[in-house]
Amino acid sequence: MNRVSLVLTAALAAAFSSPATAQTLKTVKERGQLSCGVSQGLPGFSAPDDKGNWAGLDVDICRAVAAAIFGDAGKVKFVPLSAKDRFTALQSGEIDVLSRNTTWTLSRDTSLGANFTGVTYYDGQGFLVKKSLKVNSALELNSASVCVQTGTTTEQNLADYFKGNNMKYEVIAFSSADETVKAYESGRCDVFTSDVSQLYAERLKLSNPAEHAVLPEVISKEPLGPMVRHGDDQWFDIVKWTLFAMVDAEELGVTQKNVDEMAKSDKPELKRAFGTDGNLGEQLGLTKDFMSRIVKAVGNYGESFDRNVGAGSKLGIARGLNQLWNKGGIQYAPPIR
Amino acid sequence: MAVEARSPPPQFVARLRRALGGRAGWSGFALQILFVAALAWLAYEIVANARANLEAQRITSGFGFLANTAGFDVSQNLIPYSGSDTYTRVFFVGLLNTLLVAAIGIFFATILGFLVGLGRLSPNWLLSRVAGAYVELIRNLPLLFQILFWYLAVLATLPNPRQGVSLFGIAFLSNRGFVIPKPIGHEGLTAFVVALLIAIAAAQLLRSYARRLLFDSGRVLRIWPYVLALLIGLPLLAALVFGKPVTFEIPELKGFNFSGGSRVIPEFVALTLALSTYTAAFIAEIVRAGVLSVHKGQMEAGSSLGLARGQTLRLIVVPQAMRVILPPLTNQYLNLTKNSSLAVAIGYPDLFSVFAGTTLSQTGQAIEIIAITMGVYLLISLVTSAIMSFYGWRLGRSLGNT
Repeated sequence: MNRVSLVLTAALAAAFSSPATAQTLKTVKERGQLSCGVSQGLPGFSAPDDKGNWAGLDVDICRAVAAAIFGDAGKVKFVPLSAKDRFTALQSGEIDVLSRNTTWTLSRDTSLGANFTGVTYYDGQGFLVKKSLKVNSALELNSASVCVQTGTTTEQNLADYFKGNNMKYEVIAFSSADETVKAYESGRCDVFTSDVSQLYAERLKLSNPAEHAVLPEVISKEPLGPMVRHGDDQWFDIVKWTLFAMVDAEELGVTQKNVDEMAKSDKPELKRAFGTDGNLGEQLGLTKDFMSRIVKAVGNYGESFDRNVGAGSKLGIARGLNQLWNKGGIQYAPPIR
Repeated sequence: MAVEARSPPPQFVARLRRALGGRAGWSGFALQILFVAALAWLAYEIVANARANLEAQRITSGFGFLANTAGFDVSQNLIPYSGSDTYTRVFFVGLLNTLLVAAIGIFFATILGFLVGLGRLSPNWLLSRVAGAYVELIRNLPLLFQILFWYLAVLATLPNPRQGVSLFGIAFLSNRGFVIPKPIGHEGLTAFVVALLIAIAAAQLLRSYARRLLFDSGRVLRIWPYVLALLIGLPLLAALVFGKPVTFEIPELKGFNFSGGSRVIPEFVALTLALSTYTAAFIAEIVRAGVLSVHKGQMEAGSSLGLARGQTLRLIVVPQAMRVILPPLTNQYLNLTKNSSLAVAIGYPDLFSVFAGTTLSQTGQAIEIIAITMGVYLLISLVTSAIMSFYGWRLGRSLGNT
């Protein structure tokens, strides 16, 4: 069984390895490939497309890290993980980065031996119901049966929300998203609850998406972001600044199309970002031109968002909170200088 | 000169030496001690190193998490449970759910397995072929597939609660499960139960009296009218004197679902059905092998005594076959219990799902939780084996060869 073998690997690694500081960058370079933990198929975030290539916002983070290291966004091995197995896979060293729509919480940040590197998507939990139930608000869900994926913050928010509003409910928890959606579609549950972005994505998989609606209430804060293991600050910086570089690139107006042109610019902040002035990228352990490598591979943050979950995708989710800070959202990256 | 008798070799040391490796002598003995010491040292090193590494990576370790609040709900709990209880409580909720599905699964698997196994040996052509087809079909399909079949293909086709099938207006069948009236105890309950127990004890006495009468004098005493009168009359009398023992809370449709009543969730039904039908196919083959291992002459002896085929099987053949049946039957019981961890596929909240699943991913303490879970499954299996061994020992004694 995959799960047990994962735990055994973790136990053996913990039992027999010597407690030296890990050198993830060196390991990845020697392997010639980045190992990246993603979901088992969540459209918009990480799912194989019709040609079998992984695509999505979370996948772009992996590709961007690979591009920054190797100059080749293709040097990634994607490891699909269930919600339950994701942290064990990171702890055991099977993956270098976990980029799998994972909510940043205090307990996860402190007790798992891993760190969150940033927020790729500001999300919140919502409810998907059949329109035929004629429910307009989550507060009308008293005595409903709710399908949820186990091992998620969703499960706990759900308990809090129904308790807080004095409503009864029945929870049926499944280990994978597909099983959860199947049970919802078969009528075992009245409601499917998850992060709103995921509800839109899963709705596309239903046989008749138009018969289902997402309720207006958003009951929690779900900042989703990538994670790396404790104990390797250089690697932590690399993954963190890969996302920052994508956000800064959008702010600086650098896109996949104009990246070569912008690289010739005289503007001081662009010269720093492109490494034509100074050696900021090398300080990270990468190359001077790491930002242009990233943008060439996956585009800036806005481009990646639009292509995967936003206006240019099937999901069509509005930027909302994920708009840049100077355009009404809260996506904000420290400056490259 | 008196020769002093040599003192006999100290029994204890001899026994110890035998236990530790027989005749190898003291050098062998020392070697064994060394080996055990080395093993203990290795185990200590592994644990200490694991702890140091976990600490270095700042991964929380230890069992403190068991006292923390779980914060999630579970769809079936045999003991009172809410999201504000601890992970320890979650563990027991999961454990009881596992034991429930295992116990009920074993019960039905045994009955069905014996029926199919004996059916396969029946002289009735149709019956034996149907039993044979059952065994071949069920044992050759993967169990996970069968669980999903019962869950998704059979139970999901049931109507939603609003169109639920009503049985006499008191029980309802829908895709939310089977809702039945819930008994609620009143003050007359104790008296009722006591009366029922007295009636059962009296009936038992009566039965053994009739048996003795039959063996001693050959007289057949018809006892069933008295037994019936006892079993119905006494509790009824108690109810009349002390008041109603129970009332029933009838479920009714409210909003999305039925409220009131007791509910058997479809996940439980699907899992129990799949586990017991699957294991029954294997038990059937074990029973068949056991019965065939009893000499043919026993069957013939039975018929020559004038016993019917069923009586011969029940009184003569099956008790002898049990010696062969028991060990592999125990294996099947253990398999069923362990297979119940497949519950996670259909969202039944068993131990593996709520503890080694949800609790693990919420606390991230994989090593501790997997260790506890493995320990518990081991314990359940060992207890099951012990019970079956005890039964086998008694059986052997009653058959006259201990």
